[in-house]
Amino acid sequence: MDLGTRKILDRSFTAVGVTSILLMAMALLVVIVPIFSNGIGAIFFKGTIEHRKLQYNEFRKGNPDVLQQQITETDSYRNNAFSIVEAFEAEMEGMEPGEKKKEYASQYTSVRKILAHLLGPLPGDMEPILLRYQYGATRWEKAEEALHELMFVTKWDYSDPTKMATQYFVPRADEFAGTALADLFPYMENNLEKMLLPEQTFYWGFITERSLDAHIFGGIWAEIQGTFFLAVGAMLFAFPLGVIAAIYFTEYAKDNFFTSILRSANSTLAGVPSIVFGLFGLAFFINTMKVSESKSVLAGSLTLAIMILPTIIRAAEEAILAVPKTYKEASLGLGSTKWRTIVTVILPAALPGIITGGIISLGRAAGETAPIIFTAAVSVGATIGLADVFNSPTPALSWNIYNLASEHEAANEIRHVQYGMVLALISIVLLLNLSAILLRARISQKLKG
Amino acid sequence: MQMTAEEREVNKVAAKSGANREIFLPPERERVKDGGKPHVSAKNFSIFYGNFEAVKKVNADILSKYVTAIIGPSGCGKSTFLRAINRMNDLIPSCYTTGTLMFDGEDVYGRYTDEVQLRKKIGMVFQKPNPFPKSIFDNIAYGPRLHGVKDKKMLEEVVEKSLRKAALWDEVKDRLDRNALGLSGGQQQRLCVARTLAVEPEILLLDEPTSALDPKATAKIEDLIEELRGSYTILIVTHNMQQASRVSDYTMFYYEGDLVEYAPTKQLFTNPRDQVTEDYITGRFS
Ligand SMILES: Nc1ncnc2c1ncn2[C@@H]1O[C@H](COP(=O)(O)OP(=O)(O)O)[C@@H](O)[C@H]1O
Ligand SMILES: [Mg+2]
Repeated sequence: MDLGTRKILDRSFTAVGVTSILLMAMALLVVIVPIFSNGIGAIFFKGTIEHRKLQYNEFRKGNPDVLQQQITETDSYRNNAFSIVEAFEAEMEGMEPGEKKKEYASQYTSVRKILAHLLGPLPGDMEPILLRYQYGATRWEKAEEALHELMFVTKWDYSDPTKMATQYFVPRADEFAGTALADLFPYMENNLEKMLLPEQTFYWGFITERSLDAHIFGGIWAEIQGTFFLAVGAMLFAFPLGVIAAIYFTEYAKDNFFTSILRSANSTLAGVPSIVFGLFGLAFFINTMKVSESKSVLAGSLTLAIMILPTIIRAAEEAILAVPKTYKEASLGLGSTKWRTIVTVILPAALPGIITGGIISLGRAAGETAPIIFTAAVSVGATIGLADVFNSPTPALSWNIYNLASEHEAANEIRHVQYGMVLALISIVLLLNLSAILLRARISQKLKG
Repeated sequence: MQMTAEEREVNKVAAKSGANREIFLPPERERVKDGGKPHVSAKNFSIFYGNFEAVKKVNADILSKYVTAIIGPSGCGKSTFLRAINRMNDLIPSCYTTGTLMFDGEDVYGRYTDEVQLRKKIGMVFQKPNPFPKSIFDNIAYGPRLHGVKDKKMLEEVVEKSLRKAALWDEVKDRLDRNALGLSGGQQQRLCVARTLAVEPEILLLDEPTSALDPKATAKIEDLIEELRGSYTILIVTHNMQQASRVSDYTMFYYEGDLVEYAPTKQLFTNPRDQVTEDYITGRFS
């Protein structure tokens, strides 16, 4: 091949390589950017007075004097709205029974509902049991959505059967034209900010607080802690076991049938889908071994441990095999025993690789959903203590992301929590991987001198 | 060749301890005190890799406190023989031996021989310098610590003594806590010698210790061997015939697994008995 052709080939390969890397980077951005921008909204958002009330009542956070002053301030605006509502109720009282009144009544029910959604229980409402009805809109963007719903009735246009129905909005004020309630709509539109006093909020508690009323309010500490317990628990079992197995494979196992069976079993295990591990965990650890009565952190950790074991063994094996043979010869030549050589020379030299494998497995254990569905995870649960790990299940990020997005009764209302959890999980895994890289670099540096 | 009175005396001692060939001492000026006893003796000693006989029925005594060189073309079994002495070949699963190899009156491949204890008495330096990725101090102290020395002061003494013996002390005394991999190749090799000496072995096995070094570092290692001669039995594999003639008292020539000739170095290089030896040392093949 002549020089010209070779250069052209080199260049075109470079171009293809760079393009594919750029494409991957873009794909990654497309995923990461919305996760980040939505997820960060769980911590940074415009919080209303309702958020601050909730924070004070449930967690005793915030300044009560300032809060009281703001409540007084907002109440004065809210009371005007409530007076309009009262006036309209009185007006309805005096109406002739009939179609018109029924129509008003049903529309008015919606209005009351939305108002309660915005401002919390209205005068005359029953004391709500669920926390989610005890407070109005805690987030300003949710309040704005509710306001829009208050201002307009959503209708669907089915007139053209060849097309999908189209949405259109009718001002609610028109429906109540001529009644006392007509005043409510412009009043709410103009004064909502004064009734809710939105402030830029930095809600650190999203990470450190427990969830309230099934994640409608509060934070995700229980999930973070559960993830932590499960992943660390899995590591406690899998890491020592994996390293010992790797030492056995590399230093002690003879090349025979038994060893080759063990090796291929290990490789096969690495390729088994994680849901299979989940079912295995349920069948083996809970039903057969009875490590706990039902789901528990212990059972989940053991299941995750089995799942990550092959990876740890593989990484440790590779790291040990990469240690120059000359170290071993030098040590044995000085009269060291095999075991001592392994402990004082081979393992320290293999440590960067072993640790990298370990931390990457830790990240995987933290992120996997399927193995813990049947063995450890509950969708909504209390924060557990360290002593409970033997018999309590726990919420965990991976499983709750799925659960909140697909099975939660108000999944649409709490998108910010779902994204916040995703962001938390990604951050944890990234942090773990980053620390693996740093640790590895530090140890290799030390070994190189 | 005529035996001197002293050589006859040495041979009497040697015969008692199982020597199987006559021992000729090197010329007068190179004599060492209390040397010349068979330290390692091979009898019909063969080494196999599977079915392949890499070293064939060797009969030889290696004499204490002298320097013996092993020369021969690449692949003739020099390393294999050397590594058999401290049972380094145990690491190769297919490798086994027949015949006997005695070290210090002990059967190296005896059923009850503890190879770990044996290796403490046999120091080995390899072709490529192989310091541990630890500090200079920890490298030297590795052996003594292994054998139970814990006292900091004693360790410091051993480290200094060994480094001085290996002629490295002056170069590294201010940076004992630095990683040994930061040293130059020649320094690393002398560190490996020092690390070996720290265990106070009786015999040093050097497998082409200078083949990875530049001429200056090579000269230092050769000087070092000269220094150590008379205190340790030294067995050095080299592919460099000048080196063999410079540093050794005796030379073994191996060819295709056979120990073709074994004689005082001067004699082997000036007046070889075997035609193959002559061809080799005159450079007719290599
Ligand atoms: N681990 C091994 N397995 C099989 N054969 C080997 C092994 N090591 C060396 N040999 C063979 O044994 C012979 C002698 O090797 P070696 O002692 O290393 O030679 P030298 O050191 O003289 O160059 C060579 O033919 C080599 O191919
Ligand atoms: Mg060799």
